Amino acid sequence: MKANCWMGRGNVEVREVPDPRILNGHDAVVRVTSTAICGSDLHLYDGFIPTMKKGDILGHEFMGEVVEVGPSVRNLHVGDRVVVPFPIACGRCAACGLGLYSVCENSNPNAGLAEKFLGHSPAGAFGHSHMLGGYPGGQAEYARVPFADVGPIKIEDGLADEQVLFLSDILPAGWMGAEMCDIKPGDVIAVWGAGPVGQFAVAGAYLMGAEQVVCIDRFAYRLRIAERAGATTLDYEEVDVRDALLDLTAGRGPDACIDAVGMEAHYANPALYAYDRTKQATRLETDRPYALREAVMTCRNGGIVAVIGLYAGFLDKFPMGAVMNRSLTLKAGQCHVQRYLKPLLTRIREGDIDPSFVITHRLPLDEAPRGYQLFRDKQDECNKVVLTP
Amino acid sequence: MTGEHQPASERLSRALSGAMERMGPALERVRLAAPSAVRRFGPPAAVAGAVAATGAGVYAAARACGRRPEAAPDEGLDLHAAVTVRRPRDQVYRFWHRFERLPTFMTHVESVTTGDGVTHWTARGPAGRAVEWDAEIVEDLRDEVISWRSTGTALVPNSGTVRFCEAPGGRGTEVRVHLRYDPPGGRAGLAVARLLGEHPEQQVRDDLRRFKQVMEIGEVVRSEGTRAPRLLRRRPARPVR
Repeated sequence: MKANCWMGRGNVEVREVPDPRILNGHDAVVRVTSTAICGSDLHLYDGFIPTMKKGDILGHEFMGEVVEVGPSVRNLHVGDRVVVPFPIACGRCAACGLGLYSVCENSNPNAGLAEKFLGHSPAGAFGHSHMLGGYPGGQAEYARVPFADVGPIKIEDGLADEQVLFLSDILPAGWMGAEMCDIKPGDVIAVWGAGPVGQFAVAGAYLMGAEQVVCIDRFAYRLRIAERAGATTLDYEEVDVRDALLDLTAGRGPDACIDAVGMEAHYANPALYAYDRTKQATRLETDRPYALREAVMTCRNGGIVAVIGLYAGFLDKFPMGAVMNRSLTLKAGQCHVQRYLKPLLTRIREGDIDPSFVITHRLPLDEAPRGYQLFRDKQDECNKVVLTP
Repeated sequence: MTGEHQPASERLSRALSGAMERMGPALERVRLAAPSAVRRFGPPAAVAGAVAATGAGVYAAARACGRRPEAAPDEGLDLHAAVTVRRPRDQVYRFWHRFERLPTFMTHVESVTTGDGVTHWTARGPAGRAVEWDAEIVEDLRDEVISWRSTGTALVPNSGTVRFCEAPGGRGTEVRVHLRYDPPGGRAGLAVARLLGEHPEQQVRDDLRRFKQVMEIGEVVRSEGTRAPRLLRRRPARPVR
């Protein structure tokens, strides 16, 4: 089969590789009909995630048709159309029992490796480094899906791939960011990052009853998409974000702040950007946390800072004094996608949200390398790339 | 922190190949025996504990020495590892008694057989040569503890304990393993050490993690690149060839 493979920093290639097959009783094999490039794929692409190997198949947002099931899978049959959540979760451990699927205790065969970086191991994930299990990803013609009896959701009505594909990651990720904000009437929510996850966080926050949602980025075309989701927008290269947010909230600060940027943040202050970029390049820190610092410093006293942008390791100059002295609550997590699949599919079916509004590029799988380059370099107003094998 | 990551399997593989060539007959038979235990507790229980212990153990012991072969052999080696299994205590305890199936989660163990109150087991390195030994037990309290120790002329004298207790709040069963090894000095001890490689405590933890998978899911979780359940080393994220 054909698959999009990581071949080193800044280099992906569509290559001919062997087809996947059933390895565990709870597996299924899915013929991929649609897959997408995620912002977190760009962190892999840019070489910021440890334990990638040349030839690894990328992609963790995908859906398709079941073509084979293992002997322990009773809920799926050949021919079923499914969306596959990106965290691999067993459904039987204590974490899964609590709905914390992205920290499943059993799904990462390389848990010992992850422990060294993170203290404890999170769940395994598709196409996301050997530290997270070394599972091949879904930017391919076929993919093996472990715990197919737990993760995938069947799509039984006429919804198009593009309407349901993002249930695999970014729609529930943005949704969970908004949910972590514990939104109450009158709340103003600020979202750093107008990428697709930030755009979905905006949409989610409104559906949860936010009074106003402010979205912060520097790319006008991305801010326009966030505006379509209802956001008030701020270009951080044009305005001082903190001043603008304090003005919008008459000095209170946002009730909750969502960091939908993560470890490769950019910053309007060239000196500070150079400081973190240099430390990151020399591996003195792994993550550049401007968005997070600004979110912490801007959030109102007693407010919530929700981190859904990807961080990999360590960062410097974290304003812990602000968190502590101002009674902030810091929440974070890879999305527990499995727990949002049904409610969000219902929302899509009922027309509350049509996630396809984030898509700007549709390419065949063969053009994945071009898709990565467009997406990373923000060329051609690229916001979200969907690949079709 | 990234690019230089080298799979442990490659390091282990190289270490094993080299050590196997050098060691020869020294490794052919390792005997750990405590006949009195069998008289006290009977064969099935006896072997279970010993196997459990040594399964996670002899390899691990020698691997530890590999990390610092210059260390004085009489220092010995203590290993601890623990895991919480979301299963009732009696089930977890019983599984440890099914020693023939311990190789399903102890990756380096080829086989375990029993007879005449002695457990005989075989481990195999990449060079294909087997390491074999016998083991017996000294304590067995149902649902609580299994203990063993080696006596006589074991190449790697050892002792150990596996304890089972209720986790608080209905969280299942806490399993704690404590192993003690006293590797010999000289060329043989060094060879065993090098055979078993680095990070012995990690090896015990990984075995316990796979034990948890077997108990909670019913099998060891695999990602691509692991063709046989016993070859669960670092896995490349490429499809199986």
